[in-house]
Amino acid sequence: MINLSLKKNEMPLQDPKERINNFDEVSLGYSLEQAIDEAKRCLACKHKPCVKGCPVEIDIPRFIQKITQGEIEEAYQIIGESSSLPSVCGRVCPQETQCEELCVRAIKGESVAIGRLERFVADYHHNNKHLLIEHVQSNNHKIAVVGSGPSGISCAYDLAQLGYKVTMFEALHIPGGVLVYGIPEFRLPKEIVRTEIKTLQDLGVEIETNVIIGKTLSIEDLFEDGFEAVFIGTGAGLPKFMNIPGEMLNGVYSANEFLTRVNLMKAYHQSSATPIQMAKRVAVIGGGNVAVDAARCAKRLGAEEVSIVYRRSMKELPARLEEIEHAEEEGIIFKLLTNPVQIIGDEKGYVQSIECVQMELGEPDSSGRRRPLIKKDSNFIIEVESVIMAIGTTPNPLITSTTKGLDTNSSGCIITKDDSGKTSREMVFAGGDVVTGAATVILAMGAGRKSAHAIDMKIRSLNQK
Amino acid sequence: MFLITEKRALAPKVSLMKVKAPYVVKHAKPGQFVILRVEENGERVPMTITEANRVDGTITIIFQEIGATTFKMNQLNAGDYLHDFVGPLGRASELEGLKKVAVVGGGVGCAIAYPVAKALHDQGAIVHTIIGFRNKDLIFLEDEFNQCSDMLIVTTDDGSNGNQGFVTNALKKLLESGERYDEVFTIGPLPMMKFVSLTTKPFNIKTIVSMNPIMIDGTGMCGGCRVTVGNEMKFACVDGPDFDGHLVDFDEAIRRNQMYSPFEKRQLDENCNLLRGVKHD
Ligand SMILES: Cc1cc2nc3c(=O)[nH]c(=O)nc-3n(C[C@H](O)[C@H](O)[C@H](O)COP(=O)(O)OP(=O)(O)OC[C@H]3O[C@@H](n4cnc5c(N)ncnc54)[C@H](O)[C@@H]3O)c2cc1C
Ligand code: FES
Repeated sequence: MINLSLKKNEMPLQDPKERINNFDEVSLGYSLEQAIDEAKRCLACKHKPCVKGCPVEIDIPRFIQKITQGEIEEAYQIIGESSSLPSVCGRVCPQETQCEELCVRAIKGESVAIGRLERFVADYHHNNKHLLIEHVQSNNHKIAVVGSGPSGISCAYDLAQLGYKVTMFEALHIPGGVLVYGIPEFRLPKEIVRTEIKTLQDLGVEIETNVIIGKTLSIEDLFEDGFEAVFIGTGAGLPKFMNIPGEMLNGVYSANEFLTRVNLMKAYHQSSATPIQMAKRVAVIGGGNVAVDAARCAKRLGAEEVSIVYRRSMKELPARLEEIEHAEEEGIIFKLLTNPVQIIGDEKGYVQSIECVQMELGEPDSSGRRRPLIKKDSNFIIEVESVIMAIGTTPNPLITSTTKGLDTNSSGCIITKDDSGKTSREMVFAGGDVVTGAATVILAMGAGRKSAHAIDMKIRSLNQK
Repeated sequence: MFLITEKRALAPKVSLMKVKAPYVVKHAKPGQFVILRVEENGERVPMTITEANRVDGTITIIFQEIGATTFKMNQLNAGDYLHDFVGPLGRASELEGLKKVAVVGGGVGCAIAYPVAKALHDQGAIVHTIIGFRNKDLIFLEDEFNQCSDMLIVTTDDGSNGNQGFVTNALKKLLESGERYDEVFTIGPLPMMKFVSLTTKPFNIKTIVSMNPIMIDGTGMCGGCRVTVGNEMKFACVDGPDFDGHLVDFDEAIRRNQMYSPFEKRQLDENCNLLRGVKHD
């Protein structure tokens, strides 16, 4: 029986007044009843339009039908055919521009809540099923995975399941990539990332934290140590600044620094030794997920007035829709069509205010978005004590600058030959943000998987000769 | 976890620690550093590599107890472990081709100056070393410097070792007496490096300083370590830590380093109070 409601089952949420004082997860997740009720909104379309919107082509109608029958573990297995991180992607994918955008129910009313159902299935699985890891027969081939973000995790996972001996190298002291140092606890509890990492370790993947490839060990060292192939999933971790006056003032952070202090180093905990500035008024520059996350963290650290300063309009704001809504509920101010021209400091060198200009939208630019143009004589001042720059990141050159014959493009991204992640270096593969530039978890996850299978094919073909 | 194989005091509040870290040893060169965490929830702090021992796989670091983290570090001894230890980070000092160099160190910065002086000496360069301390009790590594220097001047602010003055006075005297160097290397507190750079400027001698800004990751990811060099923004952890002292904006660097001083002081007080509750015999 189809549920004809035009609206999604509402996601139970922590009250905004409460949650701005804590870092606990905002969305609490569907109950089994809500999930089944929501699943019944799916029309099980034969042509499956939603699947075309999913970067890894999860068989969405099929897993949703399993939910309607209460067969949640079966639903999990169907998602698992295409995705290795459903509990993460269910929470952080921009569903509104992917699967849900193409849902037939969205023509009149709201789409089926595909993301929330994915999250429900993954959480249900983790809460109810204590996975007995089947011991896979080792094939004794050693593969190195560099970086422990979503691309590295999914690559290592698939390789381990195929019997490879995988060692994962991570520069930081905790594995997980952006999932631990960037995306805050209130959006993606770190316990979930720990569970995914634990699964990898149970499968036999060795994780070496505190190893920076390109510094501690080179790619050549890895081959000398007997690794037969290397997957590079090092992300796009280098922060950009705007190149405007005042960026060296005390109180100006890159979003990476701010989020790392808060999320990785847990600066919001009394027990953490890592300090963070407690500003009353904060401006975050940028409009992506990173900007929204930084703004909501600042609020939770006790800031009274937090503004997101974005040069285009609400329509172009690239952050996930749900996060924008949650941010508005939490009292984050959106200063749209606004761009900073300088940051002004006091006599001691601390941030005092930012000078901005008003923008208007002109003709579409190369990205297809309307180009923001400065309105003449529209300068004005916003008083703040802290400014967080969230205007994008590029790949870190530590590996590409120390590895011969590994080609990159003008933005520093590693060039791959096809979507298997093959690079210009024999037996070196790459995927995720390091190839695409800052993108999404699901794309990184998908890229890691494809490379795992390409590595497997390559090693098998070499051993047949 | 990283085993501490040796720990000893060099001077009051200055200690030497050897840490087993074979991976870090492999490519470590003079001028590079590590980032360590003492414990879970600890902060990430950078420490310059004093020595990398390829035989026993240890890295030697020398640190001064100044903040909460170094205080905790100083409580540890051989047999204890550091939670995290990553490196080698930063670019190695560029020493190739240098024939005559003045190495100027101040306070705990001498720990960083030493591997540079030693590497220069080992490559056959003439090394004049000037090291300065607040008083004679704080002097350390004097013998080591002696062995790798063609001339060694040790100054104390209060004159308690019989040679009162600042390193800059000693350097200036040498320069005025006609000594010339391919380069001056200086490592120490920011104000000291600033004044060494000002001293060498009129003589047009290239001066390399080793910057020590606040860092988190040490890989270019956070930008917290940014310094202005020749009007350009540089990340000290990947572009440095060595920079041309005549181009560095020292006043800005000094100001940026003080960003968290109130927090650090509070942390240190908390540590001390904690210990006050413990009975000492
Ligand atoms: C704050 C924030 C919020 C985001 N929100 C969303 C969202 O809601 N939805 C979404 O889909 N995407 C989001 N993204 C983007 C998403 O997180 C990334 O696209 C994704 O994590 C990329 O995965 P990756 O595996 O390529 O790299 P990363 O996750 O960046 O992982 C790379 C890892 O490699 C390590 N590393 C780097 N260099 C080296 C080296 N030389 N040696 C060893 N290790 C190295 C890094 O320390 C890191 O752990 C967000 C990103 C940020 C920063
Ligand atoms: S310490 Fe983070 S970029 Fe240098």
